[in-house]
Amino acid sequence: MTPDLLDAGAKRLAEYREKHGAEATAQSGGQAASFARVVQSNVVDIASGGILYVDEVTVSFDGFRALNKLSLDIRVGELRCIIGPNGAGKTTMMDVITGKTKPDSGKAFFGSNIDLLRLRESEIAERGIGRKFQKPTVFEHLSVFENLELAAKTDRRVRRTMFAKLTASELDQLHSTMKLIQLAQESARVAGNLSHGQKQWLEIGMLLMQKPQLLLLDEPVAGMTDEETERTAELFLSLEGKHSLVVVEHDMKFIGELVNGGQREKKKIVTVLHEGSVLAEGSLADVQSNDRVIEVYLGR
Amino acid sequence: MRLPDVFTGAIRCFCATLFTLTFVTSPQLSKALTPEAAKAIAVGENDDRLAALAKAIAAPSDGLVRLIDALLDDAVKVAEGRVYIVRDGKAIDAATGAETTLPPNAEDVVNNNRVRGELDTARAAFSLLSEDRNTRAKAITELKDEANEAKLPIIDRAIAKESDAELKSRLQQLRAAMLVASSDKAKRLEAVAALASSGEPSVKSLLQERLQPTGESDPEVRAALANAIKAIDAKLVRGERLGVIFSGASLGSILLLVALGLAITYGLMGVINMAHGELMMIGAYTTYVVQNLFRQHLPSGFDYYILAAIPVAFTVSALVGAVLERTVIRWLYGRPLETLLATWGISLVLIQSVRTLFGAQNVPVENPAFLSGGVAIMSNLTLPYNRIAIIFFAFFVLLLVYLLINKTRLGLFVRGVTQNRSMASCMGVNTARIDTYAFALGAGIAGLAGCALSQVGNVGPDLGQSYIVDSFLVVVLGGVGQLAGTVYAALGLGVLNKLLEGWTGAVLAKIAVLAFIVVFIQRRPQGIFALKGRSAD
Amino acid sequence: MTINTSSTLSQTRSLLSPMVRWGLLLSLAFLFGVIPFLPDFYVTLIGKIMCFAICALAMDLIWGYTGILSLGHGLFFALGGYAMGMYLMRQIGRDGVYKSDLPDFMVFLDWKELPWHWTGSEHFLWALLLMVAAPGVLAFVFGYFAFRSRIKGVYFSIITQALTFAAMLLFFRNETGFGGNNGFTDFKRIVDIPIATPSMRISLCILSGLVLIAFYLIARYLVQSKYGRVLQAIRDAESRVLFTGYNTLWYKLSIWTISAMMCGVAGALYVPQVGIINPSEMSPAASIEIAIWAAVGGRATLIGPILGAFFVNGAKSWFTVAFPEFWLYFLGALFILVTLFLPQGIIGLIRKRSPKSAPNIEGNAPTPPAAAAAANANQHAQGSQA
Repeated sequence: MTPDLLDAGAKRLAEYREKHGAEATAQSGGQAASFARVVQSNVVDIASGGILYVDEVTVSFDGFRALNKLSLDIRVGELRCIIGPNGAGKTTMMDVITGKTKPDSGKAFFGSNIDLLRLRESEIAERGIGRKFQKPTVFEHLSVFENLELAAKTDRRVRRTMFAKLTASELDQLHSTMKLIQLAQESARVAGNLSHGQKQWLEIGMLLMQKPQLLLLDEPVAGMTDEETERTAELFLSLEGKHSLVVVEHDMKFIGELVNGGQREKKKIVTVLHEGSVLAEGSLADVQSNDRVIEVYLGR
Repeated sequence: MRLPDVFTGAIRCFCATLFTLTFVTSPQLSKALTPEAAKAIAVGENDDRLAALAKAIAAPSDGLVRLIDALLDDAVKVAEGRVYIVRDGKAIDAATGAETTLPPNAEDVVNNNRVRGELDTARAAFSLLSEDRNTRAKAITELKDEANEAKLPIIDRAIAKESDAELKSRLQQLRAAMLVASSDKAKRLEAVAALASSGEPSVKSLLQERLQPTGESDPEVRAALANAIKAIDAKLVRGERLGVIFSGASLGSILLLVALGLAITYGLMGVINMAHGELMMIGAYTTYVVQNLFRQHLPSGFDYYILAAIPVAFTVSALVGAVLERTVIRWLYGRPLETLLATWGISLVLIQSVRTLFGAQNVPVENPAFLSGGVAIMSNLTLPYNRIAIIFFAFFVLLLVYLLINKTRLGLFVRGVTQNRSMASCMGVNTARIDTYAFALGAGIAGLAGCALSQVGNVGPDLGQSYIVDSFLVVVLGGVGQLAGTVYAALGLGVLNKLLEGWTGAVLAKIAVLAFIVVFIQRRPQGIFALKGRSAD
Repeated sequence: MTINTSSTLSQTRSLLSPMVRWGLLLSLAFLFGVIPFLPDFYVTLIGKIMCFAICALAMDLIWGYTGILSLGHGLFFALGGYAMGMYLMRQIGRDGVYKSDLPDFMVFLDWKELPWHWTGSEHFLWALLLMVAAPGVLAFVFGYFAFRSRIKGVYFSIITQALTFAAMLLFFRNETGFGGNNGFTDFKRIVDIPIATPSMRISLCILSGLVLIAFYLIARYLVQSKYGRVLQAIRDAESRVLFTGYNTLWYKLSIWTISAMMCGVAGALYVPQVGIINPSEMSPAASIEIAIWAAVGGRATLIGPILGAFFVNGAKSWFTVAFPEFWLYFLGALFILVTLFLPQGIIGLIRKRSPKSAPNIEGNAPTPPAAAAAANANQHAQGSQA
């Protein structure tokens, strides 16, 4: 931790506490920050109030810079929307955070203690980062129930799964998730037979079963009907605070719903990516009136 | 230009010395054959006759040559101590060459095999003096195994007379080989020194023979022999190394030809075609058929059948490829494992069809005259013309493929379709047709590879099977969709394979190469030229 | 808990469903009631095919369920066979042509003593250990490196093909100490009992059947467990499994090794029945045939590959007697037709006829090229199932 990052964390924490009072303190464990405490290497440490730090990350493919000194800073419980034209580096950014792509330079930390660049995908997922793909990715030949069962947070080592049995609490959790994603009636259906929107929801449900601290959602409402989109927005807003969310979207209406609803309405930060780095960051209104953003989006 | 000058200068100098030596040692050179000598050769006990022959050879003359020729033809008769040569009913005196009449009581001279053999060598020795270069060259080769001191004078004479630098140096080696067994130690040492400059495996074995316990006994000469062998080895090693590199390049060029087709079907289109080897086999059989047609209908132009076979092989294989694409492969796009199995099935059917049509045995494909033989670079390194031609052919095809992919409209469409099918389709490209063209092109190149292979290897139903593992490894190693990678991988694998073969033998070399590839793919899963990024997953 | 769940689970979760129970009874009845009374030829044929069926089952676990096509399973089969073959060679004792303690081929090569890797080969237990350990260790080491560097799809298939090809070349060499071209043959005894007797043939055949049944049940347990569902998830969307927090390396490696060991056992059962093992079992063609047995029967079902092995090998033994010329045409056509028209194999065909049974899986019928190609344009490298 560099002093300036500590500073920034402390400032954010103060701001967050001011807004949410005691509840937030209990959640973030911010009070503990002033005391000596045990930090486990495989449990994310969010005492500083930040859940994700991406610092000057650069990724290039055959000379093409997909990410160019990208920096990003997500707070605990925050819902961050990221927008940007095609090729701005949104998916590559997610690849770096989830361990799929190793950057040429830069740093990426989960909380203040977990170096994401040193871990493989499954380890990162295990530590508490969930990712939804751009294209809905579910296990097509398994039923909805089985999809969710596999996603559930349990011991994921080979020997355990060979002899695993579902516990009652896991079953409860499965059913409540199925209700939440409105697929309770489809529990026995093979996931490949679901509609596009239902698959998106199933994937979100699987993400929730993982109980991640941070959710990365890549175009979660692509291919959804208006009604489904609205429901998705509601769902995300209900997760805000309990989880940290990073939503990458094109759909400005959906972004609007996310930003204008929920706990910190209209104060949520929106990040605009362009050519692999942050073009603008601020409230939706600020961003929308930013000249450079307008140029990038409309100028051409 | 200067080096050869120096070289011939040195030889000339050396020869001059030899020439004078020869004059000193055999003063009665080129005296005519005396009647006594002729009689001694023709009549008497075999041992005496051979001794006389050996003596006479030391002073060769036209008469002697004539006599030996006649003896070999059984045209010699003897009467009253005079030797006659009888040809076409006319008799001449063997010694003088003057025409005479044959006395009625003349008897035939009979030669047994031993005498005949000696006569043959003697004849060969005289051929050294022939006007015709080829005759001389042949004579040197014949004499190589019959080296003994008796023929020394004639060799000396030949050396003196020889004008061709290559033949001259061979003659000098021959002389040294004769002297190496001489009873005079100084001569032996001199001969060993002369032989050390040779680069021939046969000289090496000659020297090694002398090193046997039954051969040389003098320690000084033995040491000289060992040194000479070392010197020859050093020369041989260079030739061997070059040979390895050449055969590596040759194998590499064949792999390149095989892999170029795959680079299109697998690399660009993503179709894993296990029947690729069988498309090559079709190309090879097409070459065979074209060859037979030429032999039957156009025997005078037989040598040029290969020029006709190249386009025909391409077309036939391309057509078969197009049919396969239309009927089977297009239904399996995007399902590589199924494609693999279906094309394996196709390969089985093709193999069995060829067996039914042409039989299970290999069929003979002859090299045209201009592709047989080779160019001798060093004494132990001859580069066969057909292999050289294939190296050039491979790079020619590579160039064509490169131009086709990068410079033509078809190539543009193929690249467009393989990179973004729906977009290409939206732009009005008939993607289905492009697929067929591209696959047919890959198949046609396989046909070209088969045509080339028919010139260096056996043509049989199993031809394709033996290359398919190698060629897929080339594509895997080179990286999908990478022409440059394919080239490097093919040549690299070829040379590596041959280098290891020299070390460990063919089988272990192959296993080592496979192990190398597995390890390599550990480091660079996407091949030599990795395509990084989102598309590469 | 709820009706919903239990109905989902009942389809798949019971190891011995009524159908399986009946099937088991029938096959046991066949093994003990029919096999002993069949002519020799059929006993050997059925025994042999049951060994192949084990291979097909093993192939199905790795290909049908995990989506990894191995073109090298013939190698594991042959390794098991050689492990047993070494023991059988030692059992010949001094009854060989050269009346020596050493196997005949070693006498022929003028070897004076057994090479190091034959140590212990006279013990039956060692042979039993070796028949699973040799393929198991090789598969584990190879698989570890291959899966660790994420080699998958066609790449993996080609590398496994190269692996078995290399092994074949190695075993062809006399110096390797496995009898070179000729391999092992002329066996006399197994556990000191003469091998070429009808009763031994029948016993081995029944044993193969029992092993097949046991492996079927093990495979059934595996694919029905959560482990099996992770495998299928890997097949459908490996990256999703990774991002869910499973380290897929160990899942793939474990099923790959299990599958290889099953093949090893099959090979060990096969050798005493046919009386010969040679390097041709390691040829790429032999391995790829295993894949077609599984495909013909129906991948991702357990009974399918067994049926497929019986169907293809039954056809093979009929063709090679009746129309030897046409066997390759038939086999080739089978490869093409099954992949084009029967992606779910015989089992899929049966299910189509009786629509009420079994969950239907969409998207497996051959799609028109344009649509299929467009949908799959970006999926080259992924080994998609069906």
